[in-house]
Amino acid sequence: MNKAISRINGADAGAGDLMSRRTFAQILFTGVGLCYAGAIGYPIYRYLASPIERAKETTAVSEVTLPDAAKLEPGAAMMFKFGTKPALLIHHQDGTWSAMEAVCTHLACTVQYQAEENRIYCACHGGVYDVKTGAAIAGPPPKGLKAFNVKVQDGAVIVSKA
Amino acid sequence: MAKLIASIYGWVDERLGLEELLKFAKKKTVPVHKHSFWYYWGGISLFFFIVQAFTGVLLLVYYRPGPDAYESVRQITYEIHFGWLIRSAHSWSANLMVASVFIHMFSVYFMKAYRAPREFGWWSGMLLLIITLLFGFSGYLLPMDELAYFATKVGLEIPNALPLIGEPMTNLFRGGLEVGELTVQRFFALHVVVMPALFLPILVFHLWLVQKHGNATIPSEAAKPKSEQKSIPFFPNFLMNDLAMWLIALNVMALCASLFPWDLGEPADPLKPAPTGIHPEWYFMSAFQVLKIMGNIFPGALGEGLGITIFTLGLILWTLIPLYDGKSENGRRARNATYFGLLALGILVVTTIWGYAVL
Repeated sequence: MNKAISRINGADAGAGDLMSRRTFAQILFTGVGLCYAGAIGYPIYRYLASPIERAKETTAVSEVTLPDAAKLEPGAAMMFKFGTKPALLIHHQDGTWSAMEAVCTHLACTVQYQAEENRIYCACHGGVYDVKTGAAIAGPPPKGLKAFNVKVQDGAVIVSKA
Repeated sequence: MAKLIASIYGWVDERLGLEELLKFAKKKTVPVHKHSFWYYWGGISLFFFIVQAFTGVLLLVYYRPGPDAYESVRQITYEIHFGWLIRSAHSWSANLMVASVFIHMFSVYFMKAYRAPREFGWWSGMLLLIITLLFGFSGYLLPMDELAYFATKVGLEIPNALPLIGEPMTNLFRGGLEVGELTVQRFFALHVVVMPALFLPILVFHLWLVQKHGNATIPSEAAKPKSEQKSIPFFPNFLMNDLAMWLIALNVMALCASLFPWDLGEPADPLKPAPTGIHPEWYFMSAFQVLKIMGNIFPGALGEGLGITIFTLGLILWTLIPLYDGKSENGRRARNATYFGLLALGILVVTTIWGYAVL
């Protein structure tokens, strides 16, 4: 086989040679070409991926402190950012607190707290969640909202991953 | 596998006529003589242009024109992974492109490749050169650091000195009476939309002409009998050499960009005085110095006007050279054209060096 190749290529490879000159050159050029592709492609990939890496760092938070949030009236709610995602803090009429990710589990719309209906509602496709636990009650959501732990401390509200 | 590729190729070939193209490319030859080296510079210019388009789009991903311009370039340079490298490659490749375009132009000039039937190649090339310089000028402002600010401020004084239309035209380009965020926004639109839209069709025309007429051989070679003129096939021989040149160009550019990363100065501040030793990019140095000399000899607007007139006249004569020296025989006119070329090259080199010497 090798002999045949080297004869076709007119290379002066002897019978003992492992590969013809042409094969060697092909492997060499492919290797060098791949090195170039890597040397150009890697910086470009990292360049384009920079914001993703930064976002992932932000997502890595496990606790958010909301100063002055304890002033929130009972029956009111506020939006805040937990990492990169919108989240909802609710102060219930009975004085208890709940916090959950405000991203609908159906198609990722941002949900809202409706005080008069006492429910969490997604305006996109009509999903309804429980105000205290975030469990899915009605509509298309396949599962409940991701709930957080809430702690009130010196006028600040500390929300942490459950 | 090979069978599959062959059948796909056959299918495409039937519809696009690839074989005809290949046959044409194989028939095309490139002259070989002791000055053949200069044939590569058009291709090298093209390569740097492709790098510009490529890195330009990458910069576009994070660059924000307007009031945020400096901050976004600062982020690209110091915060985004490899942002410094992309920006540095864009700046270096811009400079290398201008340099290779100049080399290409002078080599075409001295090889008398502008002669019939290649006049339109010369004229389209001159247009590409001018747009290339405007690309450089408009791109230089975009980071909005001190140097960019003052270079643009000074540069815009040149069209501003034109009689009648100078001032209103300059104000339109500047988007006001002073260089500011509105200027950045306008230059950005020019740099990334208007100028590429002008450049690309002219480039296609230019390249089509090269395909149509082939490379011009030098007069001394054309005078030899046909049997003594050597040539190589364009495909694959010359193309392979071309690609080897591109690889060298890529390596030179990559080395410059990574070993000498492009600087970002202090943010532009209209209330701060110009830093000492401020000067334009090297490719505008000659024009800058001529204006300075003229201004010293004839003070006031007269000097500036005279400088601009001389430059414009020179450029027009330079562009019209195929009409003066268009015949293929080498006589007195051909020699005069060569002397004119040497004079122009001499003035460019001397005034550039002079400009750097008196900084």
